Amino acid sequence: MATYTLMRSSLGLLHGLKCSFKSVGQIPYAGALTRSKVLQNARCYSVSHLSVQERIEQKRKAALTGGGQLRIAAQHKRGKLTARERLELLLDPDSFVEYDMFVEHRCSDFGMEADHNKYPGDSVVTGQGRINGRLVYVFSQDFTVFGGSLSGAHAQKICKIMDQAMMVGAPVIGLNDSGGARIQEGVESLAGYADIFLRNVMASGVVPQISLIMGPCAGGAVYSPALTDFTFMVKDTSYLFITGPDVVKSVTNEDVTQEELGGAKTHTTVSGVAHRAFENDIDALLNLRNFFNFLPLSNKDPAPVTECHDPRDRLVPGLDTIVPFESTKAYDMLDIVHGIVDEREFFEIMPNYAKNIVVGFARMNGRTVGIVGNQPKVASGCLDINSSVKGARFVRFCDAFNIPIITFVDVPGFLPGTAQEYGGIIRHGAKLLYAFAEATVPKITVITRKAYGGAYDVMSSKHLRGDVNYAWPSAEVAVMGAKGAVQIIFRGKENQAKAEAEYVEKFANPFPAAVRGFVDDIIQPSTTRKRICRDLEVLASKKQTNPWKKHANIPL
Amino acid sequence: MAAYRSAAGFQRVLHAVKHVCFSKQRCGVIICRYSTVYDPTEKTFDKILIANRGEIACRVIKTCKKMGIKTVAVHSDVDSSAVHVKMADEAVCVGPAPTNKSYLNMDAIMNAIKQTGAQAVHPGYGFLSENKQFAKRLAAEGVSFIGPDTHAIQAMGDKIESKLIAKAAKVNTIPGFDGVVKDAEEAVKIAGEIGYPVMIKASAGGGGKGMRIAWNDEETREGFRFSSQEAASSFGDDRLLIEKFIDNPRHIEIQVLADKHGNALWLNERECSIQRRNQKVVEEAPSTFLDPDTRRAMGEQAVSLAKAVKYSSAGTVEFLVDSKKNFYFLEMNTRLQVEHPITECITGLDLVQQMIRIAMGYKLQHKQSDIPINGWAIESRVYAEDPYKSFGLPSIGRLSQYQEPLDLRNVRVDSGIEEGSDISIYYDPMISKLVTYGKTREEALKKMEEALDNYVIRGVTHNIPLLREIIVHPRFVSGDISTKFLPEVYPDGFKGHMLTAGERRELLATAAALYVAAQLRSQKFLGDLRVSVVPAESRQWELCVELDKGVHMLGVSRSGNNYTVEIDGEKVEVSGEWNLASALLPLTINGKHRTLQCLLRTAAGEITLQYLGTSFKLRVLSKLAASLSKHMPEKVPEDTSSILRSPMPGSVVAVSVKPGDNVAEGQEICVIEAMKMQNSMTAAKAAKVSSLTHIHKLIHNPPRYSVHHKSI
Repeated sequence: MATYTLMRSSLGLLHGLKCSFKSVGQIPYAGALTRSKVLQNARCYSVSHLSVQERIEQKRKAALTGGGQLRIAAQHKRGKLTARERLELLLDPDSFVEYDMFVEHRCSDFGMEADHNKYPGDSVVTGQGRINGRLVYVFSQDFTVFGGSLSGAHAQKICKIMDQAMMVGAPVIGLNDSGGARIQEGVESLAGYADIFLRNVMASGVVPQISLIMGPCAGGAVYSPALTDFTFMVKDTSYLFITGPDVVKSVTNEDVTQEELGGAKTHTTVSGVAHRAFENDIDALLNLRNFFNFLPLSNKDPAPVTECHDPRDRLVPGLDTIVPFESTKAYDMLDIVHGIVDEREFFEIMPNYAKNIVVGFARMNGRTVGIVGNQPKVASGCLDINSSVKGARFVRFCDAFNIPIITFVDVPGFLPGTAQEYGGIIRHGAKLLYAFAEATVPKITVITRKAYGGAYDVMSSKHLRGDVNYAWPSAEVAVMGAKGAVQIIFRGKENQAKAEAEYVEKFANPFPAAVRGFVDDIIQPSTTRKRICRDLEVLASKKQTNPWKKHANIPL
Repeated sequence: MAAYRSAAGFQRVLHAVKHVCFSKQRCGVIICRYSTVYDPTEKTFDKILIANRGEIACRVIKTCKKMGIKTVAVHSDVDSSAVHVKMADEAVCVGPAPTNKSYLNMDAIMNAIKQTGAQAVHPGYGFLSENKQFAKRLAAEGVSFIGPDTHAIQAMGDKIESKLIAKAAKVNTIPGFDGVVKDAEEAVKIAGEIGYPVMIKASAGGGGKGMRIAWNDEETREGFRFSSQEAASSFGDDRLLIEKFIDNPRHIEIQVLADKHGNALWLNERECSIQRRNQKVVEEAPSTFLDPDTRRAMGEQAVSLAKAVKYSSAGTVEFLVDSKKNFYFLEMNTRLQVEHPITECITGLDLVQQMIRIAMGYKLQHKQSDIPINGWAIESRVYAEDPYKSFGLPSIGRLSQYQEPLDLRNVRVDSGIEEGSDISIYYDPMISKLVTYGKTREEALKKMEEALDNYVIRGVTHNIPLLREIIVHPRFVSGDISTKFLPEVYPDGFKGHMLTAGERRELLATAAALYVAAQLRSQKFLGDLRVSVVPAESRQWELCVELDKGVHMLGVSRSGNNYTVEIDGEKVEVSGEWNLASALLPLTINGKHRTLQCLLRTAAGEITLQYLGTSFKLRVLSKLAASLSKHMPEKVPEDTSSILRSPMPGSVVAVSVKPGDNVAEGQEICVIEAMKMQNSMTAAKAAKVSSLTHIHKLIHNPPRYSVHHKSI
């Protein structure tokens, strides 16, 4: 578990409790009493010569200031907001209901039992609130209290809201900003992590779980975000790694900076650990609010439908000319996605990782849909290890949470080569196949151009229970491209050019698939939006179940 | 419609058996820009091939359809799904994208004619329209060329010869050197004789290509070099000539129409003074500057020139007019001009139809006294270019959204593209010609404002900000213009609309109201909900709006679709439908109707609005978010001063440095050719070239070409 160094120098400051109330004054809390009432009821029972009311008041004030003004200032100086400021931005005004404000850590070693080392609420703020009116459970780690380190109490607070979120059926959002385990607590801290991990796993597929990394998140702590459905990061101020640069240096003698090792850029472009990165805390939290609107509250709820101003039967004339004449020429799949979805709004997941596949959320006639599309602009849109895994995880999320999947296919096949074979493309490619096959949500597929070989089968084909499969007139459903096919069929024969032309005539069009009913219709591209909106209406009542099983065995 | 009523006079002369009104018909009101009045008994061609692309090909096809003539489009491979191809009855691919291999490929076009059996060719403008070889080859094959005869093209196409003919026809001409300039040194010598400033231009040129103005010897040498290169690449003819440059003139041209029987008419003038880099941007007809006497004098000289070269078909005689209304012959364009629609608007004639009739050998239907000036027409050339760079450097891209303001009355849009079309580096970056018409100039200008505000173009950078500014500029409105209008009005380059305090408030208020409307909508969930939605009830919002580094605190209150926004004690009322999916935002702001466009709206509160033509970036935040934003770290943008990036897509035609060279500030690094213009890229500071990367033959995106040079 990661290291956390305590800065003891300013702890004494808390005794005064004369801290400014300004920055946190707007946070409402249940049962707060007015100052005058407190004074009226003041009776000196306790040894501290303070009434219970006064002590409540005092504790609440202390909880609201976290690690104190100096620490808050230091947090701000790092370009980060405090745990409470973040919640205020994330949630609707006045909607936050806080739990466990009086919880304190229970460590009695290393002088931790001293009063000045106790912070009401400890190093995390938990509770529930509303985002655009919809219920959400949240926790926000407080870096100003012991560097946001995870104590037994801290973990217990998080577990409490997760348990309730599961019972109620509402998503959990975690705002991570923690130095790691509370070393003073030893194994209790480790137990706390495990308690959270277990709940992450239990909640997986029951309620959506989102992690927003807003500071360090190192060591075992990283596995909680890794278990959640989506991990977002804040650029330049957040890090995710198993071990920090110092340990890396001592173990492998590798020189690496925090940013290179586990910054937002690394995880959104190289490792694929994080799904999106945002400019700063405010940008991240506002985007998270927007993202939340795409998600259902739980697996018991249908995909949300919001008010939509974009006509459902809108034609998209630009799509008729988007696929270039030459089948070797690229185009941008995002142009198709933007043209078809409501108001051109597409929340792309992992936009900078495995860019040969495009995944993300959008709406069709107000209803959330998951979009999966091959991207001909990058590596011809082929499927490789990373794009298969990226696609598979997204498809499984959609399926778990009743979000219809719309798949745009322009795939020349799986990427060949030793790098891919050694990396296990067979195993990883199977994940995407598995995910599409097991999905029981409405599945609509549009073949825009190439659908070659096994990749055709994988991409939500009719054979994998695609509900509606369309082909554009430019579609080519075949085992492979003309050139390769002719070289095999007519090996060593003359007049390859003629054979190639014959193959193109026969197979480089949507008919072979259409005559067999493998595509339901060949449609004019400009009508795609209209058709999909209509199909989704019909498929809204789709009921399909897989055979009973303890759980399936996806090729991990 | 005014154009119509007084045009009735000459229509009566015609056997107007069938009368087709062209352009938009809406709500039973006939909105007529020009009329194609033809007699079906009058024999015409069966099939015409249009040797052009884009809007002009579409324009010609429209008239052909009215006249019952079949059409053949030619196209390059990248244009295979272009609008003109779809409109035509038949289409033939004549080669790959570069123009010299397709639209200038005479062999392929001759084959297309044979293959389709077209009886005549309309060349449009540009490409082969003024190519005498082409006209000759057509004549040899017995195919009619819808344009003047070869000798007229030759005589007028050569600037030197045309000037001599004009002089002989007693047309006023500009002092200059009547011969071909051999080299740069001779150019300097001649320039010295005529006296600076001088204009160096391609003998075969037109449309501002191969044209440079020089104020001293140095610029003359440079201009000579550029012009001859451009002339060679654009016209295949690098001969140049030099003449006195008339400072601060107006560019006014006369449309002429002549038949093969020696009859010629002048169809009034077009004022084309608003230009950038010698290319026209805004044109109008008639001109505010001409009195009837000058107009007649110019018209008569134009007609006498046309007669002198036995001109037939439509043609344009261009004049420079100085402040004392002295006019000088500039050149004659022996083709249909880009800006012909405004003449059609005020005269009611269909020039394409007239050209076809004349090519068939018919006599003119009209007499000079039949030609009216009805109302006022303005044309804005809408280009895919960035007006903030030298009043317009070409940009490319895919028109992701495109909507012409055709549901407005008295608006004509000539275009050859549609939503989804690509603006490529191969061809002219013109998106369309937006023409508005009114009984008076004021009416036409008002309509132009409205049309520009309602024009939706997404995916490429366009020059609507500049057009919108020109047409409301007091100097333009008063008619006080010259060919130097743009550099005079915007000496430091075009910077977009400068907001007045009131406009600023309107803009801020609109952004705030839009933000609140979007916020409220994001709380509306439909269908049965297991867990009820508890929207944050609010009728009042305190917002912070950033615009150009200025931060404003706003109070917003709402009742229905009406928002009251309080800014610095002033109230702004904004109301509208708030359709968040629509590209257009028709609003009523403080009682005034305004159409804004929302170009961008993000979850993080960024809103980009197109207001009065210019797009403004705003950011709307809640009071809380704004108060916390002071803690957010400043992100330092990448230092690009030591990287030279091409400001536009194009192809690299010359690189003058190599790695390791020391360059001085302003030294030429390379030459980029885009849309037939050569642009010299110069060093921003004295430096040493460390690397040259990404020098592709073609540059599709500006950042792809970069020359790194670091400071010494």
